Amino acid sequence: MATSSAPTPKVNRLGLQVLDYRGGKTTLCAGCGHNAISERIIDAMYEMGVQPERVMKLSGIGCSSKSPAYFLSRSHSFNSVHGRMPSVATGALLANKNMLGLGVSGDGDTASIGIGQFVHLMRRNLPLIYIIEDNGVYGLTKGQFSATADIGSKLKSGVINDLPPIDTCSLAIELGATFVGRSFSGDKKQLLTMLKAAISHNGTVMLDVISPCVTFNDHEGSTKSYKYMQEHEEAISEAGFVPSFEDISIDYDPGTTYDVEMHDGSHLRLRKLHDDYDPTDRVAAVKALMEAHANGEVLTGVFYIDPHKPAFTDMLNMVDDPLATLSEERTRPSKKVLDEIMAEHS
Amino acid sequence: MATINAGAPSAQGEPTHTLSTSDKPVVNDFSLQVATVNGSGSQSANNVLLRSIFAMGIPVSGKNLFPSNIAGLPTWYTIRASKHGYVARKEDIDLLIAMNPETAQEDIESLRPGTVAIYEEKLNLRQFRDDVICYPVPFDQITAEVCPEARLRKLVRNMVYVGVAAQLLSIDPAVVEESVRRQFSTKKKAADLNWAAVQAGYDFAANSLVKTDPYSVERMHLTEGKIIIDGNAACALGAMFAGVTVVTWYPITPSSSVVEQLIDYLKEYRLEPDGKASFAVVQAEDELAAIGMVLGAGWGGARSMTATSGPGISLMAEFAGLGYFAEIPGVIFDIQRVGPSTGLPTRTLQGDILSTAVLSHGDTKHVLLLPCSVKECFEFGIAAFDLAELLQTPVFVLSDLDLGMNNWMSDRFDYPEKPINRGKVLTAEDLNRLGGFARYKDVDGDGIPYRTLPGTNHPKASYFTRGSGHNAEAKYSERPEDYKGIMDRLAHKFETARTLVPAPQIVANGTSKVGIIAFGTSDYAVLESRDQLKKEYGVATDYLRIRAYPFAKEIHDFVASHDRIYVVEQNRDAQMLSLLKLDLPAEQIVKLRSILHYNGLPIDARSITTQYTQQEEL
Repeated sequence: MATSSAPTPKVNRLGLQVLDYRGGKTTLCAGCGHNAISERIIDAMYEMGVQPERVMKLSGIGCSSKSPAYFLSRSHSFNSVHGRMPSVATGALLANKNMLGLGVSGDGDTASIGIGQFVHLMRRNLPLIYIIEDNGVYGLTKGQFSATADIGSKLKSGVINDLPPIDTCSLAIELGATFVGRSFSGDKKQLLTMLKAAISHNGTVMLDVISPCVTFNDHEGSTKSYKYMQEHEEAISEAGFVPSFEDISIDYDPGTTYDVEMHDGSHLRLRKLHDDYDPTDRVAAVKALMEAHANGEVLTGVFYIDPHKPAFTDMLNMVDDPLATLSEERTRPSKKVLDEIMAEHS
Repeated sequence: MATINAGAPSAQGEPTHTLSTSDKPVVNDFSLQVATVNGSGSQSANNVLLRSIFAMGIPVSGKNLFPSNIAGLPTWYTIRASKHGYVARKEDIDLLIAMNPETAQEDIESLRPGTVAIYEEKLNLRQFRDDVICYPVPFDQITAEVCPEARLRKLVRNMVYVGVAAQLLSIDPAVVEESVRRQFSTKKKAADLNWAAVQAGYDFAANSLVKTDPYSVERMHLTEGKIIIDGNAACALGAMFAGVTVVTWYPITPSSSVVEQLIDYLKEYRLEPDGKASFAVVQAEDELAAIGMVLGAGWGGARSMTATSGPGISLMAEFAGLGYFAEIPGVIFDIQRVGPSTGLPTRTLQGDILSTAVLSHGDTKHVLLLPCSVKECFEFGIAAFDLAELLQTPVFVLSDLDLGMNNWMSDRFDYPEKPINRGKVLTAEDLNRLGGFARYKDVDGDGIPYRTLPGTNHPKASYFTRGSGHNAEAKYSERPEDYKGIMDRLAHKFETARTLVPAPQIVANGTSKVGIIAFGTSDYAVLESRDQLKKEYGVATDYLRIRAYPFAKEIHDFVASHDRIYVVEQNRDAQMLSLLKLDLPAEQIVKLRSILHYNGLPIDARSITTQYTQQEEL
């Protein structure tokens, strides 16, 4: 210890500093929305007091999928193949169901090449936080449209997109994901709150985060630019979060606010900003998304949540300990068993 | 690809030296073929016949030739009884049971003179051939008498031929009854009905047929202590006794029954006292997801596997390269079928050798295990999981449809002697001692680095896994020396694998300047062909059976010590020969010649003998 006058660093409930949640230096473009999302992930994990060694980071291929290198360097990470992170995440969480799975994908990685695995991931309700860093273009291959690009949006080169976008949120709701929302990389408070709630959820969390690409899709005519989002973002609710380890005495008005008790005992409080908003009603959620889209609004917030549906790993009736580290006594049946099977075949 | 010296693919029609005549009794040495339609329940009848001969102590094999269809198309089942222990397919059949009116004429016309034909009386097959031994049987009438319930007659009818054959071949009826009761062990009523049908067939043959053929069964004691099992069940057992924990799959013929049988075994033997499972099984959305889950689970520390066939292997190519380059364990059972494309899904081929050995883009090489028997399916099934974790790489077990879906006689499987080996995994305590680690560093000089599992509670346990360029510290890198360093170490690791994979079986060495190399299910036909060559031509041959890739040193030595090597394999393009060419020094390559078989049927001895003698100009 050098001096006793050094200021005590701020720590979370585990005694870890925010530094303990950082990653390598980003190699993404300055101003890239993805970097802001990485920052929010660091903040959320720090504030929630998640042990970094208990987190598995998983990603596919693309600018977004590189970003797990830029946060939580004390967590194991797997940058897999294009569009196939869901299967890798599924296997990894089967090997060790006690880990917190964090998947990072992009709009190309999810909605085009990866749509098949995305669909089945949502359907299984695997306990995984699945973040789409959504900018409407392929960045690493220099600016081609992705399948989330809005109809009529324009590339820098002047090419107009004439196909409708895939709304990953309404798709996820329909398929069975149990926590579905959309946010904006520039909306610090909302994104952080949603990420903290996501950490408390047991099931698939699908967060589509609009994350502008400053190099290829931030110009006039883009619907995924900072400017467009600032002008068109429309929150469906205002989210507040009370973690399980904090005092829950803060009052709320049940007439205007939904209180959702999460799997770990935390509370997500959603104050209505829209008429008929009910985050437990799938049909209403999809309707709100479609209406907002028709009105030219980008609807954000938590659209749908079901904290009770069993997660995929729970449905498999696995032993409590991770499969990865079971001893030989528990995984190799005895000689008596083999003898018995041999006798049956003789 | 080499097709040098490829001989004629088949020796059909050539007179054989074992052709029997009616006046000389032929005991415990015949091939019996049943022609039926699929979906008619003939499988149960065929199993009863097979088991009965087995229970009489005679070495026996059964091969099902079936269509890619659920019901109504022609199916042939061949049972070969051989006092010599030959279990390969035999091109010529000695007895035909023609139950399928659609194919009956064609079936009888293809027979050699002197063959036995048992058929439905109404088909009057005698009109097509006067040189075969005919046993017309009123199957419909007999069936109707024993089975009043019309809807069951289609199934029961097959048991009538079991009775007829049992009587004609002198199979002990008590043994047949035991086989019937075993087949329907959980259904007493069905057992009684089927046994009644067998008896009716037996009685008809005894009372109404005059035996004029030479074939019969006499008790031997060559099957004592042996089992009958299919290769897919054996692979499943291997996986279970290897301690598999994560199983993923996408249904595909002929591999589905690996996982289906594994699920049954796991539910029976791997639930803990509290009813919870020490395993997870996921039916994936496709083979891409199946292999993705295997690698995710292998990375996470599970013993993971999937089972598939050729089309699935093609789909898994990209992930296979990731597994190789990022060094992730996983086991893939490939039950090979006939390609290319959809090919013949219910026929057999050793057609995935070359593509699997180098599956994926870039410089990729994979460990292949090549079982020839159900016993090796079990043993290699276990070895595959140890090797995958020892070498930190995907390991492919290449079985085939013939091995996987047919019933094979075998010695009992031995309980694994060695404990499970999880390879080089560092724990938190190790990291405390070492102060950290470099994921892709060759610490021990064997090319195999150390890894940690996610969840290891140590701030220095984590590393970043990627399929992109990386250095020894697992950091992203495009530096030429880093890339080359990793690739050279992977090559070195593959050299280490040479010494760890199952060594070849050297069946005979030093008796000839000519050697035969084969692998997998060609073994049985090779063994029989070597006897034919000896008996008919007085030629001795050396024989080595490859059991794994990369090729062990013994394989190089075997080639080096012979003047000519015949590589026997079941594909068109001499895939194993091509793989050997990649591994052998230039001066050895010229010694290699091919004996090929690729019509979708299992290889037979006569085809090998014919191609061998043609090329050797004997």
